[in-house]
Amino acid sequence: MKKAINILVSLIMVAGLVSCNNDGNKRGNKGQGGLAGNAAEKVYVAPGEHDEFYAFVSGGFSGQLAVYGLPSGRLFKVIPVFSQDPEKAYGYNEESKPMLETSYGFVPWGDAHHPDISQTNGELDGRWVFINENNTPRIARIDLTTFETAEILEVPNSAGNHSSSFVTENTEYVVAGTRFSVPIPQRDMPIKDYKGNFKGALSFISVAPETGRMAIKFQLLMPGFDYDLSHPGRDKSHGWFFFTTYNTEEANSLLEVNASQNDKDFIAAVNWKKIEEYVNNGGGTKVPAKYAHNVYSDETHSATSTIMDEVLTVNPLDVPGAIFFLPTPKSPHGCDVDPTGEYIVGNGKLSADLTVHSFTKMLAAIENKKFDGEAYGIPILKFEDVLAGTVKQAGLGPLHTEFDDKGNAYTSFFISSEVVKWKLGSWEVEDRQPVFYSVGHVMIPGGNSRKPFGKYLLSMNKITKDRYLPTGPEVTQSAQLFDISGDKMELLLDFPTIGEPHYAAGIPADIVAKNSKQIFKLSENKHPYATITDGDAKVERKGNEVHIYMTMIRSHFNPDNIEGVKVGDKVFFHVTNHEQDYDVPHGISMIGANTSELLIMPGQTETFIWEPKLPGVWPFYCTDFCSALHQEMQGYVRVSPAGSGTELKWSLGED
Amino acid sequence: MKNIMKSITAIAILALISCGGKEEKKSEGIQIGQKPTTTETPKEEVAAATLKASETIDLTNKGIGPIKNLELPATVDQAMAAKGMEVYKNKCMACHKPDKKFIGPAPTGVLERRTPEWIMNMILNPEEMVQKDPIAKALLMEFNGSPMANQNLTEEEARQVLEYFRTL
Repeated sequence: MKKAINILVSLIMVAGLVSCNNDGNKRGNKGQGGLAGNAAEKVYVAPGEHDEFYAFVSGGFSGQLAVYGLPSGRLFKVIPVFSQDPEKAYGYNEESKPMLETSYGFVPWGDAHHPDISQTNGELDGRWVFINENNTPRIARIDLTTFETAEILEVPNSAGNHSSSFVTENTEYVVAGTRFSVPIPQRDMPIKDYKGNFKGALSFISVAPETGRMAIKFQLLMPGFDYDLSHPGRDKSHGWFFFTTYNTEEANSLLEVNASQNDKDFIAAVNWKKIEEYVNNGGGTKVPAKYAHNVYSDETHSATSTIMDEVLTVNPLDVPGAIFFLPTPKSPHGCDVDPTGEYIVGNGKLSADLTVHSFTKMLAAIENKKFDGEAYGIPILKFEDVLAGTVKQAGLGPLHTEFDDKGNAYTSFFISSEVVKWKLGSWEVEDRQPVFYSVGHVMIPGGNSRKPFGKYLLSMNKITKDRYLPTGPEVTQSAQLFDISGDKMELLLDFPTIGEPHYAAGIPADIVAKNSKQIFKLSENKHPYATITDGDAKVERKGNEVHIYMTMIRSHFNPDNIEGVKVGDKVFFHVTNHEQDYDVPHGISMIGANTSELLIMPGQTETFIWEPKLPGVWPFYCTDFCSALHQEMQGYVRVSPAGSGTELKWSLGED
Repeated sequence: MKNIMKSITAIAILALISCGGKEEKKSEGIQIGQKPTTTETPKEEVAAATLKASETIDLTNKGIGPIKNLELPATVDQAMAAKGMEVYKNKCMACHKPDKKFIGPAPTGVLERRTPEWIMNMILNPEEMVQKDPIAKALLMEFNGSPMANQNLTEEEARQVLEYFRTL
């Protein structure tokens, strides 16, 4: 009898589990319950094997850039860009602190938005990733040989640096547009006088072809709208840049109502080649502007920060025939150009339809001067004359569109939480898949180039509510991976992300992986405080500054016993990692130091400062588990009272 | 019965604790194997007589790695040795003092104990050497499991370092 009951209970439990699973499948993978196993195989990258794509996913309000593998969704690295990172001593050690300097002083945090990968001839070349910071307007360049931030350029006259940081076909420019218009130059004036007085700066930042070094070539001072997103023309439209605008009402308060009055806002079409020519011939006005330019060197392993003092501005009216407005319904967000360069998609976020403009028609309308009025002297083209087509009733709240290599477009819909696939030219919806939930941007590797790799699409979602185990009021945001190689999109994977996965850039791994650096050569180390020869390890006193020239190798520091430091001293640990083998970093930290650890790569030198407060004998140790004798990698500093006569001396392995 | 067992256990534990306590009181520091008080010395001498890995001589083993055969000319190339000393100072000295055991063995006299090929393979291919070569394995044990680091020297640099070793 007992047995029978037990079996019955078991059966009921099993049935319950099975039905639960079915529910789960229905919710997560619509109508594909039986294929769930297949999806798992598609994202399974066996231990020791490598992913097919890198995905550089913005950390949003974390200020950083995360590196994931696709299709596995495995996180490899978080590259610190705009925020301090104690794990890597970024913004804490003396070498990287200048990277976070701005015209406002040191800013420890940033809001990272849109990564974009450098291009040559309209194809991804995998040399650099650019990413914008929204709050304190800046553009960063990440070097894909070291996967470290190589340069940060502040953008003056800008506020809410959002329609950024997209690159032209040959990485001639990385473009940064302002979301918030402001008085230029900044001045004390009533907010209500915004309309007609504020300006929106669109900055064209040149990128040196060999070094990647950035410089502001010119700033176009546009009418005081909000410039939301942008994309370069490509192929036939190379030489143009397109920016969506909203708040063409120029409202300064309660924008959620007041900036949604106009039936249509604009896409601004900018012929940057024409303006470049104008500027190269001496056009434009130099105006005072204070902004920081921070550059990191892999030779000195140090950053420098330079405050720049002027910028070249261009008044749109001074370059006739270079700037036009394309009317676009309703507060468009994404501004996306297809791989052929013909279609410019305006994702009117308060509209159910998608508006697609034709580049060919736009040129014809300009040629024939078919204008429908002007805004602050900039010609407005007639909507019907430039319209290529409309994707009707595609969903609610279109935000952003990417493209595959087969003539399809994929648009995210924030309000209806879905990704919709549609055909360029026929404007017909081909497929739609729900996402969980509230997708912002989507990403297809190479989707912003002439040559997309249309195998996967990544949907980046703001809200996950019930998708994962709960973690208190704050829950993770997420990315969802779709297989888009077939007629219908197939949801494969759902993985949590750091910060807010605002947007991403993807690239086939083989373009990047082969260039990844393994070590820094000690012989090329030009750090002013490097200790290249172990015999040169030493301690020097300069007034109340004590400089320790220290080396580290498995598994000791040289020196590891230091005496003669006094309370009131400022002690600089300049530590050089003498390893010359792959994947042997060492760390160092000192009890009582008011800073982070150092994490030093082979061949690199880093510095932290310690100001001892009490006499005693204070230990330091290696913080990165480096070897079997890692626990032995430690040392002591003797601190004597201020004014004592303890002699300065240092040693390793002596009695 | 059960209670008796419990008591015995308790007594045993107490005994252990008190033993430990007594030993620590005896003196400061740890004394394992130090200052033998009685006549145990003969045993130790026997142990010391077995050669350490760093003292063994093997002039046939060429090691494992890129260097298969290397004939050393009769005279030392002083220019090459000088270059070798520079490389040695920058990339090896952190663990190898020329004439004194440090993290690893001292290179002085190493050519009397090892083949030139073995030395270069140890420099160029340490990971495989400490896994497979019997001498390198024994050395790793002798030197506290501290692995020979691969400092990514080129073959040319390793050859220069070898020439420097000939001058020591």
